[in-house]
Amino acid sequence: MPVAGAAANGCRDLDTVGAMLLAVANGSHPAVLEEDGMSGVRVLVGTRKGAFILTSDGTRRDWKVSGPHFPGWEIYHVAGSPADPDRLWASQSNGWFGQQVQRSDDGGETWEPVGNQFAYHGDPGTHQWYDGTPRPWEFSRVWHFEPSPTDRDLVWAGVQDAALFRSTDGGGSWHELPALREVRGPEWNPGAGGLCLHTIKLDPNDPQRMFIAISAAGAFRTDDGAASWKAINRGLRSGHMPDQDAEVGHCVHRLALHPSRPNTLYMQKHWDVMRTDDAGENWYEISGDLPTDFGFAIDVHAHEPETVYVVPIASDEFHVPPDGALRVYRSRSGGGEWEPLSKGLPQQDCYVNVLRDAMAVDSLDDCGIYFGTTGGQVYASADSGDSWEPIVRDLPGVLSVEVQTLA
Amino acid sequence: MPDGSAVTEVRVVLPGHLRTLARVTGEVRVEVAEPVTIGAVLDAIEARFPVLRGAIRGHDGGPRRPFVRFFACEEDLSHDPIDTALPGPVVAGREPFLVVGSVAGG
Repeated sequence: MPVAGAAANGCRDLDTVGAMLLAVANGSHPAVLEEDGMSGVRVLVGTRKGAFILTSDGTRRDWKVSGPHFPGWEIYHVAGSPADPDRLWASQSNGWFGQQVQRSDDGGETWEPVGNQFAYHGDPGTHQWYDGTPRPWEFSRVWHFEPSPTDRDLVWAGVQDAALFRSTDGGGSWHELPALREVRGPEWNPGAGGLCLHTIKLDPNDPQRMFIAISAAGAFRTDDGAASWKAINRGLRSGHMPDQDAEVGHCVHRLALHPSRPNTLYMQKHWDVMRTDDAGENWYEISGDLPTDFGFAIDVHAHEPETVYVVPIASDEFHVPPDGALRVYRSRSGGGEWEPLSKGLPQQDCYVNVLRDAMAVDSLDDCGIYFGTTGGQVYASADSGDSWEPIVRDLPGVLSVEVQTLA
Repeated sequence: MPDGSAVTEVRVVLPGHLRTLARVTGEVRVEVAEPVTIGAVLDAIEARFPVLRGAIRGHDGGPRRPFVRFFACEEDLSHDPIDTALPGPVVAGREPFLVVGSVAGG
């Protein structure tokens, strides 16, 4: 590729990076790509006050920052299409003017609004409100986009109040897959952040299988392309419920999986880090020696299915790191035994949080790990977490981080 | 635009975020068939700027979003019925119809 000059200073402009794109993987666990020495990454950051796009070459030393895109708006998520790496999706919302969906077809250089009508199928009825009374289902925002790995026009959207929508026409229109709400939907409660469907994981081996998670309803799986669903919460215990191992009601914060082992999922629950090896039929705890098992983000190394990352948070009362020290914890044994990763991270007077969708990994040979904080820092590790450096320090509070691996 | 109806041009002031979405600066002008009501002006705004559908009121003519207000001629029209006729100075183009994002925060 004709980018040697740009590579010399370790930083490419967006045009050059766009031209580099031969293949891109999106999200936490892209398929492993054929790579060469000119690979790069594009980090997609959603914040409380706009979106930012951070680009670098494969060294991940020097970064170009683009943004804010949609300044002043909450950007809950920005995601890229694995099928067409220059196609990006951004969830743009605020309390005044509602939801917009923005789509880029040039890697974030320009954006066009697409359809923003999210109408529930039929009469959705009610769910539980914080005070235990029934409350009508009401759309407020898109929390997460999950683009199809093969079809650039197909994208899934997880929304609040919790439901799964799908667009098959590039975002022009959105249609709910209502069977999910049939799994005891009237009993679902909102978590502190709202009744949100925040996690969508597609099984790379089975296009009919998908996992989703809702706060505070739990985890769910479909084996038939969202025509029907089952709750997959056996093994979870949650102290905030009168029946601690009820079928639904668990405050699942995040799910992660490695594409080579789609029956193994990792879960950061409100409290407890959990694992299943049978696609959610049974969960067991892997919190082990973590200093606290409360947290939000969880992810898996791109090349090591048993290497897992979490960011322990002191408690649900504090929402800050223990002891004012920001540490990622890594397990190389699939959970249970964890090591703190602190090199390059603030180890005193640090009181930020890392939200559920704010951690991602790239698929370069030496796997890169990324996370953003509510204090506006985005940290990157180019060595699987051994050391960290901030890409940016002073963004608005970070809501989400995704990374595209450019090859 | 209904055939046979008189059409007037209404000046509209949008809040900054909606101007950005609509990719306009300053006031916009929309043609509205008489009678010039709140709803008719909103219909005209959404027809000219489809991106604003759902941003001022619910889709398909739904209710006003809670933090959006409508002002004209120093009056708050936000709680008036959607078929309320706008004041004469707005219809005559001497005064704008204001879509306002309410102040919230400290």
